[in-house]
Amino acid sequence: MEAPRPDPDALLAKLEAEEVRALRGKLKIFFGASPGVGKTYAMLVAARQLQAQGVDVVVGVVETHGRSETAALLQGLEILPPSDIEYKNRVLKEFDLDAALARKPGLLLVDELAHSNAPGSRHPKRWQDVEELITAGIDVYTTVNVQHLETLNDVVSGITGIKVWETLPDRLFDMADEVVLVDLPPDELLQRLKEGKVYLPQQAERAIQNFFRKGNLLALRELSLRRTADRVDEDVVAYRRDKAVAAVWPTQNSLLVCIGPEPGGEKLVRNGARLAAQFDVPWHVVYVETPELLRLPEARRTRLLKILKLAADLGAKTATLPGEDAALVALTYAREHNLGKIVLGRRSVGWSAYRFPWQRRFSTRLGAIAPDIDLILVELGSETAERETAEPVPQATHMRIAWRQYGLALAAVVAVSLLVTPLRDVLELANIVMLFLLAVLFAAIKLGRGPALLTAVASVAAFDFFFVSPHLTFAVGDAQYLVTFAVMLTVALSIAHLTTGLGFQARVAESRERRMRALYEMARELSSALVLEQIEEIGDRFVSSTFGVHAHLLLPDDQGKLPVTIERGDVLDLGIAQWALDHGESAGCGTDTLPASHFLYVPLKATMRVRGVMAIAPRQEGGLLNPEQQRLLDTFAALIGIALERVHYIAVAQEALVSMESERLRNGLLSSISHDLRTPLTGLVGLIDAMMLIEPKLEPQHQEFASAIREQALRTSAQVNNLLDMARLQAGKVTLKREWQPLEDAVGAALQARAVVLSGHSVHIDLPGDLPVLELDAVLMERVFSNLLENAAKYTPPSSVIEISARVVGGEVEVSVCDNGPGLPPGREQAIFEKFTRGHEESNVVGVGLGLAIVRAIVAAHGGRVWACNRTQGGACFVFTLPVGNPPAIKEEP
Amino acid sequence: MSEAVVNLVLIEDDKEIRRFVQSALGASGYQVWPAENAERGLIEAASRQPEMIILDLGLPDRDGLDVIRDLRAWTAMPILILSARGEETQKVTALDAGADDYLTKPFGVPELIARIRALLRRTLPREDGGKALVEFGDLRIDLAHRTVSRAGEAVHLTPIEYRMLTVLLTHAGRVLTHRQLLNEVWGPSHVDRIHYLRVFMAGLRRKLEAEPARPKHLLTVSGVGYRLEI
Repeated sequence: MEAPRPDPDALLAKLEAEEVRALRGKLKIFFGASPGVGKTYAMLVAARQLQAQGVDVVVGVVETHGRSETAALLQGLEILPPSDIEYKNRVLKEFDLDAALARKPGLLLVDELAHSNAPGSRHPKRWQDVEELITAGIDVYTTVNVQHLETLNDVVSGITGIKVWETLPDRLFDMADEVVLVDLPPDELLQRLKEGKVYLPQQAERAIQNFFRKGNLLALRELSLRRTADRVDEDVVAYRRDKAVAAVWPTQNSLLVCIGPEPGGEKLVRNGARLAAQFDVPWHVVYVETPELLRLPEARRTRLLKILKLAADLGAKTATLPGEDAALVALTYAREHNLGKIVLGRRSVGWSAYRFPWQRRFSTRLGAIAPDIDLILVELGSETAERETAEPVPQATHMRIAWRQYGLALAAVVAVSLLVTPLRDVLELANIVMLFLLAVLFAAIKLGRGPALLTAVASVAAFDFFFVSPHLTFAVGDAQYLVTFAVMLTVALSIAHLTTGLGFQARVAESRERRMRALYEMARELSSALVLEQIEEIGDRFVSSTFGVHAHLLLPDDQGKLPVTIERGDVLDLGIAQWALDHGESAGCGTDTLPASHFLYVPLKATMRVRGVMAIAPRQEGGLLNPEQQRLLDTFAALIGIALERVHYIAVAQEALVSMESERLRNGLLSSISHDLRTPLTGLVGLIDAMMLIEPKLEPQHQEFASAIREQALRTSAQVNNLLDMARLQAGKVTLKREWQPLEDAVGAALQARAVVLSGHSVHIDLPGDLPVLELDAVLMERVFSNLLENAAKYTPPSSVIEISARVVGGEVEVSVCDNGPGLPPGREQAIFEKFTRGHEESNVVGVGLGLAIVRAIVAAHGGRVWACNRTQGGACFVFTLPVGNPPAIKEEP
Repeated sequence: MSEAVVNLVLIEDDKEIRRFVQSALGASGYQVWPAENAERGLIEAASRQPEMIILDLGLPDRDGLDVIRDLRAWTAMPILILSARGEETQKVTALDAGADDYLTKPFGVPELIARIRALLRRTLPREDGGKALVEFGDLRIDLAHRTVSRAGEAVHLTPIEYRMLTVLLTHAGRVLTHRQLLNEVWGPSHVDRIHYLRVFMAGLRRKLEAEPARPKHLLTVSGVGYRLEI
């Protein structure tokens, strides 16, 4: 009878499958010029072929649009049921990402890569789902139309006049392992359209009819052919680069795109992406945040962040750089990253060409300070369509305050005028000018920039009106007063500008200093934290004092799972938190992943791994996106992560110290017990030996007694050995002294040690010559064989045959020690491995039943399994396995 | 050896063990000088000029390893260690520190005498005076011509296998630690490559032993090293 054990072949197959799945999945895109060319059809045909070859194909989502020939191809394919997402009281059917990840098929079909998911899904876009699938090691087939490619988006809308909202970063298209162009000449497509074979939604029929004009179709076809050709070209270049050693320093031609606060940033970024693709170089997008730009309204800054995000989606590295001199900062960045070309926007027509002198100054200045860098100017045109429409209307209270300050500014001018009028004849005009400048200074300090500028202009006007003759008119008697006005205006404006600028910079510096101090304080407090609770408290305190919101730390257990029974578990979504923990990326509110969530989940990354997740409820929607705050929050998270790691390692070190200390104590205790027990036994055995040696010799009967005593003493010693071994193996982690060695060493040593016990039995050894060397603890492995051999010898009649054999099965070596004795009592094959358990309780064979328990403990410590069974031809079999591992290479002798 | 009395110093703290070793060895023609602690033992070793020292590793006053190092500072006489099972690391350290062999407690008198004889064979003048031809079992090793034959058939050994065999042969009957063997065969830079030793030993056994898994001469001492039994 055979004990049930896993089929080794199945184990091997499972291992291999896991190894393959650990790799990244492959992405194949079926690419077409327009709807109706048959992408889905082509994808299904290809998938069915693979299915016929035995690939595990599953349909994640496929839109048949009611085409019967496409639907027919779905027959016989496993289709994942869509998940229901409730949105505004409607139930939307969406692709079920989690089910797909759980199902883990060999190949998954996901139609319409550019699709936008329903709000409330994990990712806003389907291509993000696909990225996650590929990262999880699942191969994906998908379809894309040319107009969905981000960088071609505006080109396509220029051709067709239809704006496409669902876009896809080109990065994904370029990252795909394979792109198949599904091509159909426009005439045939129009024919199919006429035959009603192309799906057209009713509501948009006119727009789409407009789209399917032959001219459009030709242009789109050309675009898609060219884009595919570009990709093929990139593949060739990449191949050449792989093969050729002498590659040009590629980043020398890399691009730096500088975006500013004015409209047109999206176009600039798309252009940059196209240029980078054409040059086949990496590209960066930076936004230099000068103190003036910090004053931009929140909505404008959010818009800039969106442009940076678009750039990141298109494959650029992005950065927001703080600095005074935009040109210098951009140049430093370019030099640091070895970027040889800078792309800038330009506006040569329309009113905005004059409204934004900053842009022009920027390019000319850049050209002046860095003559070696190529500047690429992109014409942004006078596109008003792209201008943001959602400039927020300032709130009423805000307006009132502003009006009051302007009123105060005027009042100051009036006050100065009234004050000085009686003294008009006493004071020199120059001193009157000074008094007005004082009013400007007051306005600049107290009221802000706008009121200060108003004060400057009003002061000049008042000075002219009241104090320059002829009085009470704006007419000027003496032309030289014009100089006075000009200088006065210039000085007043400069005072207003500089003073308000200084005030603002002081505020910026102050808030920066406050942040730095918070960071410093937090780092200092965290460095003295010893327990997790302290870190939680410090993290929450600093986050709430800096951001005005509470932070909850979620810490995973040993398996890397966040505990379900956490307080506040009702408010926090642990699923999202777990995702952030597993992927090491922020998730939730204000990010790409599940943005509908109320909380933001920031991973606490440390050097070794992600230590936990910090959940934060933002004050207002998107309020945490602001780059300084984002940076500060990331730094906080990193500090907390490092503190958590430090505390973790303190615990590990303490544990190690304790276990080392207890191991030392245990070993000391065991060896003193062993010494105290063995020394008298040694004396006993030796004294009997001496007694038998010394003259006069003992009588035969006494000699018999003496040998019996000697044998009992030796047996007691063996029992002591077993007890001490068991105590060692049980006392905690067994520390093995593993070395690579052939199995026969251990077998030979055990046979030698048990030679006396085995003298009445014959032992057959069958160890194949090609058995690999194994990583074993030599002493313990000898124990395993000794105990099994001794057992076999004890429980079988004399002259029985004991067989030792071994063979490689899968990744393990299976060793068996079998005999042809009476066998094991049925039903006790597992029980005999327990401590103090013996096959037959009433057996008259000496022993306490520790031998097999020791065998099991040693084999388990080696990562193997042990079991017993009866042989069909009679007799017992003890089988154990040892992992093969990776034996070290041995240099052969010449 | 019968005419010249062989002097042995026994350093052992247990009275009964001292007593039986003394009487059993006395009956076999050895003169045993017992000492109950390390201090006394070192004095005996210096004053009696023994041929050999038997040393228990677990002494009350000093660490046995220290005693070995002290002795090795001035004498090359064989040192036999007595120690308990399960303390292989301790044995290896003692052997590497200069001890020549060990016995595991509890041991019988016949084992003790066999060990003593093996150790003395190396140091006492031998009648054959280091002859060039060694024979044991069905093996015949001609050290002059560097040839080995088994049951009359020539056996081809690789240079390393031959060197390993001769190293074991010069210390026949004695355990050699992995470190000692590696050092003598491969050189001091290879003392950590125990797996080399094991693999080459397996090869040597396949060539010289009738049943490589049940060797008669090239014996494994688990966790310690190898011993060539002649």
